[in-house]
Amino acid sequence: MPDTLTAPIKTSTGRALRTEEMVINMGPQHPSTHGVLRLELVVDGEIVVDVIPHIGYLHRCFEKHAEHMTNYQQVIPYCDRMDYVAAMNMELGYALAVEKLLGIKVPDRVEYIRVIMAELQRIASHLIAAGTYGLDIGAFTPFLYMFRDRERILDLFETTCGARLLYNYIWVGGVSHDLPPGFIDKAKAFCKYFRPKIKEYNDLLTFNEIFVKRTANVGVLPADVAIAYGCSGPMLRGSGVNWDLRRDDPYSIYDRFQWQPQIGKGEMGTVGDCWDRYIVRIREMEQSINIIEQALEQIPEGDVMSAIPKRIRPNAGEVYVRTESARGELGYYIISDGSTSPYRVKARSPSFVNLSVLPEICRGSMIADVVAITGSTDIVLGEVDR
Amino acid sequence: MTSQEISEKLKAQFGDAILEVKIDGVLDPYVKVSPLSVKSVGLFLRDNPDIQFDYLMCLSGVDNGKDILGVVYHLYSMTKRHKITIKVDVPKAQAEVPSVQSVWASANWHEREAYDMVGIVFTGHPDLRRILLPDDYPGYPLRKDFKVPEFYQGMKVPY
Amino acid sequence: MEQFLRNIIDNNFFIYGVMAVVPLLWIVPYALFAVWLERKVSAHMQDRLGPMRVGGWHGWAQTIADILKLIQKEDIVPTAADRKLHFLSPWIVFIGSYAAFAAIPFSSAFIGSNINIGLFYVIAVSSLVVVGILMAGWSSNNKWSLFGAMRSAAQIVSYEIPTALALLAVVMIAGTLNLQEINQQQNGWFWQWYLFRKFPFIFVAFVIYFVASLAETNRTPFDIPEAESELVAGYHTEYSGMKFALFFLAEYANMFAVSAIGSTLFLGGWNSPFGDFLGGPFWGVFWFLSKGMLFVFVQMWLRWTLPRLRVDQLMYVSWKVLTPWAFACILGVGFWMMF
Repeated sequence: MPDTLTAPIKTSTGRALRTEEMVINMGPQHPSTHGVLRLELVVDGEIVVDVIPHIGYLHRCFEKHAEHMTNYQQVIPYCDRMDYVAAMNMELGYALAVEKLLGIKVPDRVEYIRVIMAELQRIASHLIAAGTYGLDIGAFTPFLYMFRDRERILDLFETTCGARLLYNYIWVGGVSHDLPPGFIDKAKAFCKYFRPKIKEYNDLLTFNEIFVKRTANVGVLPADVAIAYGCSGPMLRGSGVNWDLRRDDPYSIYDRFQWQPQIGKGEMGTVGDCWDRYIVRIREMEQSINIIEQALEQIPEGDVMSAIPKRIRPNAGEVYVRTESARGELGYYIISDGSTSPYRVKARSPSFVNLSVLPEICRGSMIADVVAITGSTDIVLGEVDR
Repeated sequence: MTSQEISEKLKAQFGDAILEVKIDGVLDPYVKVSPLSVKSVGLFLRDNPDIQFDYLMCLSGVDNGKDILGVVYHLYSMTKRHKITIKVDVPKAQAEVPSVQSVWASANWHEREAYDMVGIVFTGHPDLRRILLPDDYPGYPLRKDFKVPEFYQGMKVPY
Repeated sequence: MEQFLRNIIDNNFFIYGVMAVVPLLWIVPYALFAVWLERKVSAHMQDRLGPMRVGGWHGWAQTIADILKLIQKEDIVPTAADRKLHFLSPWIVFIGSYAAFAAIPFSSAFIGSNINIGLFYVIAVSSLVVVGILMAGWSSNNKWSLFGAMRSAAQIVSYEIPTALALLAVVMIAGTLNLQEINQQQNGWFWQWYLFRKFPFIFVAFVIYFVASLAETNRTPFDIPEAESELVAGYHTEYSGMKFALFFLAEYANMFAVSAIGSTLFLGGWNSPFGDFLGGPFWGVFWFLSKGMLFVFVQMWLRWTLPRLRVDQLMYVSWKVLTPWAFACILGVGFWMMF
């Protein structure tokens, strides 16, 4: 075909019509940037030529705050506020890091409670991720179905520690409250209730023809690019890399359970497309239920407060501990100078790193695809900006 | 490969550029290298078939006190499943470290953050701007000598 | 009805004035009801209740309260907007969708204007909406609005082709463009409706018409001009107060207009499905409105079930799926009539 498409358009006087790219701001106030992310889009009609993310609108100085606390325990509420939809996972990472610095071992019951809470939180977080992803694609109803089930998890948290979003539950050396009476039965009932719901989501959204058309082959992230950009969590597994810190670099007691990490296989399109990242989250919820059920069976009796140190004063040193949060590898790099408060805390948040690959996979797609890709990276701006 | 073997390989390759190796007595073994060699060390660690550090877990800027700033690289190998920490110290007066953005793409935003918070300049970085703070923010807040300014843009800062 | 009015006062101004206002007496309460219904339908599909407070029983007065609020709201015009176009566009959009009702028969006794080219007129005048939308998008001086307007123009223009072709299949059998006559031809039991004649060609044409009409009214899954998650609110992002309400009214009027045309051409319009049972001009209004509302309900149902297509996929559906099939229907009907 002659290049009629690329040839300049002529006006009636025969002059070439001047065309130019348009710069358009998506966010920080925009329905589908999941908070206050600002994307500077350079578009040629509907085609996106370049994406420049601007972050920092939700920066709350976590690292500076952590240095200014009078002791290590006081940092935990600030960890909550980083990834506010997966606060348990945030606390767990920090508690593990400080425990490693102190060299203390927590009782078995605490380990089990932590795993149960972290996995429940992972389900709650993935429910939000999948629900808002449906919303990004234009399906409103699945969003509310998933929030309905997330409520049940939040109810469980509420009976345990009184809070529904920001818990301050997992402390260095223990947890703030023991499980309330009847919790185990309620959690088992939840697992039984939740399994069939996953099929409902699949019927409603996952295998919907339009949804598949919108997400398959969109925003393909090849495995080598994903590793180079440091992607982790469902983002990395969606690209077909069989990698899960709970299995490959086990922390806490994850090595005691039977479960399978889920990876994207390119069932609907190419490996590493938006649909793969989405389905990894849906399938991970089922695996988390497996872990919770096993943990509920095995949980021993014990005192949850016995290992909480009276005074946290680690020797000078430093530690980097990484855990698998709902969004990927959450790392805490803590330097201690021997005093009662940390000298430096650096949080390596998964959303921050996952977001940095966005320009790479958005180029050449359409505006609607940018929304689909941003949604599939499942960022929480509280954690990107810290 | 153990940290011992990795550090020996590094010493054999770079000699004087390796300033310090600490393996025993610390939770995460680290190798301290000279600032100017960090990019070539990174390339070697990534491309050497026995080492293959293809995953930069974390890059942190640190104020080490006594007018010394540091950059800490936490590396991991997805294929070989081993890790190491690389450290660099630079004087505050001339805080310049070569960028490793071309070695690990994920260093891009991490380096911008370290520049933003601690004020380390990464030479050769393609787009070294502030990332979290406003472009006109005075100073580098995670330096230990940072004082919160009394006014920002004519607005009184509380506390 | 024209005759009836002529008996009271024989004055053309009076008669046509009344005739012009009558559809409005339906459209405005209908729009209030439909907005409420949309909220209730969506709520019950989503495991919640929707508005429950205003007015007592299931929040029936919610939309009345909403419209009162919208009337009182400040009318904000962006500083850089083209004020004339910004003011004019909601009216043009509303006029475009309201004018279509002039040629739609509400019952055997009431039609605004019983013109020979009724169907042609309806298709033509409803295209006026595009002009209004483009004006709104351009005059707002907002890039998102402009995007919405461009998408909308492209979408409505492309989907008019399968719509018109699908309707043409019916027109071939009917042999007339007069909507009142088309209705009279479908008199009798429901198997007399065009939907079930020349099976399956007209049935396929009906499906094509329905899908395309969703796109013409910017409803899900073709709501990309106002795609909330992409374009904020599309062409009416910068509108507030009564102007916004007018856009809303026009959208719901448009929904009913396409439903009315669908029911007139395919489902017998004001004809009772059961022969002469519950027939006659007054029941005719009932049948016509309930058939229209059935379509409106299906549109809502789809909206709260389906995700949204992308621009290129939308164009694909129009040009590569609906248009060829509409041509096939026309050819099929043509061959059937020849042999």
